Amino acid sequence: MIRVEGLGRSFGAIRAIDGVGFEARDGRITGLLGPNGAGKSTTLRVLYTVLRPDAGSASVDGIDVIRDPLAARRTIGVLPHSAGIYPQLTARENIAYFGALHGLSGEPLARRVDELISELDITDCATRRAKGFSQGQRIKVALARALVHRPQNLLLDEPSNGLDVMATRALRALILALKAAGHCVLFSSHVMQEVAKLCDDIVIIDHGRVVAAGTPEQLLAQFRAPTLEDAFVAAIGDARGLE
Amino acid sequence: MRPVAVIVMLKELRESLRDRRTLLTSLVLGPVFAPLFFILILKLTLARSVTAQDEATPVTVANAAFAPNLVQQLRENGLTVTLRDGTEQQIRAWISDTDGLVVLRIPGNFGERFAAGQPAPVVIYADGSDSRAERRSARVYQAIAGYSRLIGSLRLQARGVSPTIMHAVVVDTVDVSTPSARATLLLGMLSYVILLVTLLGGLYLAIDATAGERERGSLEALLTVPAAREQLIYGKVAAAAVMMILALALVTTSITVALRYVPLETFGMTANFGPGVAARVFLVTLPFALIGAGLLTVVASFTRSYKEAQSWLGVVMLVPTVPIAIASVLSVQPTAKLMLVPSLSQHLVIQGLMRGEPLAAAWVLLSIASSLLLGGLLGWLAGRLYRREAILG
Repeated sequence: MIRVEGLGRSFGAIRAIDGVGFEARDGRITGLLGPNGAGKSTTLRVLYTVLRPDAGSASVDGIDVIRDPLAARRTIGVLPHSAGIYPQLTARENIAYFGALHGLSGEPLARRVDELISELDITDCATRRAKGFSQGQRIKVALARALVHRPQNLLLDEPSNGLDVMATRALRALILALKAAGHCVLFSSHVMQEVAKLCDDIVIIDHGRVVAAGTPEQLLAQFRAPTLEDAFVAAIGDARGLE
Repeated sequence: MRPVAVIVMLKELRESLRDRRTLLTSLVLGPVFAPLFFILILKLTLARSVTAQDEATPVTVANAAFAPNLVQQLRENGLTVTLRDGTEQQIRAWISDTDGLVVLRIPGNFGERFAAGQPAPVVIYADGSDSRAERRSARVYQAIAGYSRLIGSLRLQARGVSPTIMHAVVVDTVDVSTPSARATLLLGMLSYVILLVTLLGGLYLAIDATAGERERGSLEALLTVPAAREQLIYGKVAAAAVMMILALALVTTSITVALRYVPLETFGMTANFGPGVAARVFLVTLPFALIGAGLLTVVASFTRSYKEAQSWLGVVMLVPTVPIAIASVLSVQPTAKLMLVPSLSQHLVIQGLMRGEPLAAAWVLLSIASSLLLGGLLGWLAGRLYRREAILG
């Protein structure tokens, strides 16, 4: 459960986000949709505690991310925008490193890593060094790394970036499985089709503000649009459209 | 559960030790090539000074018939005399054809002037830009000057004058340097090599763990683990320090082994670098590794990319040379105050150990304590830097 209210943050003269507010509930997939530079990443970065907001509040499972970032980090799994992994470590070691940093060790850690390797279907590269991994393999390792401490909430920043069709499908299946297991999944994207396929709730952001929010059906009704794409274009108020 | 800093340190070390290129530049290149290079210089210097003394000096004498006694004197002085007659033009041609050739030409009026007790001329031809010819011509000159003094003395004696009248002042030089102290300059280089190789040991890890982590895009994920950011960076500083300590151990060992194969005594030096001295050098340089790790990590934390970090750290690597260079130029003596200057204090302590004149224990402790303090301070600063949001770049 993620709750955001009136969140604001400036970088110099640029107001990256200005009063963003929404709710992402457990057992549902919430999509942060918006054109490039709309403030999606900044919002997520505040949520996963690497940026401090200058206005508003945000909480994860009732924990204030600004006042108690360490406790908040225990309940979230993060796939940042640039999900780099360590090239000299194997897939298994990459995952185990984060498990250890989350306080796991010994037998439970090894078991959890095994579990993730089979769940994410990366057995073939588990003991290989990550140097030559494909983008799809890298994202999977980064996802396993984010899931290693069994977080209730997942924050994914454009997870399908650079993935081919098969890898995208696998990712989609994984996100749906997490939803089915009762997790709260919040992900950002600028790809309409992806959001339409997956999301139970959509939050459309532009120029650092939430311009529309609701289920796909609600958005279609609100903008009297035949498709989500039309609703999106109507919501952001110009014909900038999607890349 | 292990402390976060330890987990991070072990992971950084594992990564560095796996990367062949990092391993090569950090732990192999420095410790292997530094002493080899040093020994090469020593051997070359040694070879030159030995040949300069013992080498037979060949000299070609043109028109030897005009001065048979002089030629005999040259032979008695150990010069290898070749006789070959020719004009001045021919002599110049010979020299341009043959490297290192020295030609002595005796003019036709030599015998006449010599017999009359007048200064008799001879001419030495040599290429002044050829260092071998230069050295040989100096020996020929010395031999002729000796002959000239001998004849002069004999002439004075023949006229009833004591030859000592020619020597108004007699100069005697006394060399008071001890064999070890004479080696100071060369061994001063050695302590610098030790410090530099130590720094080099942690250079790549420091870059990789900071600028590299950011460039690869793994920093943001790392910052979302439930640990204080300074714990993460302490682990990285510690890993860089461990690499530096490894490099230090390797380089002191390799120098100890290498110096056995250099006949330092020929130089008038004592090779005061046995295992005992090496162990002490290692121990007094340990705190320097902490300073190096802190310094490189702090500087690398400011940079935006791997490349930028590399170029900055290239400059930073020179920082420890500055106090050593200034101290060498001014030939400063160790004082308690200087023991507070990192790199210089290690240099002075190592020098003392190698000269067989170890510094007072209190000074050594001062060097260790002040370096540890500065190293700790730099580590703390790195922690502060990682608390800032700007670290995300």
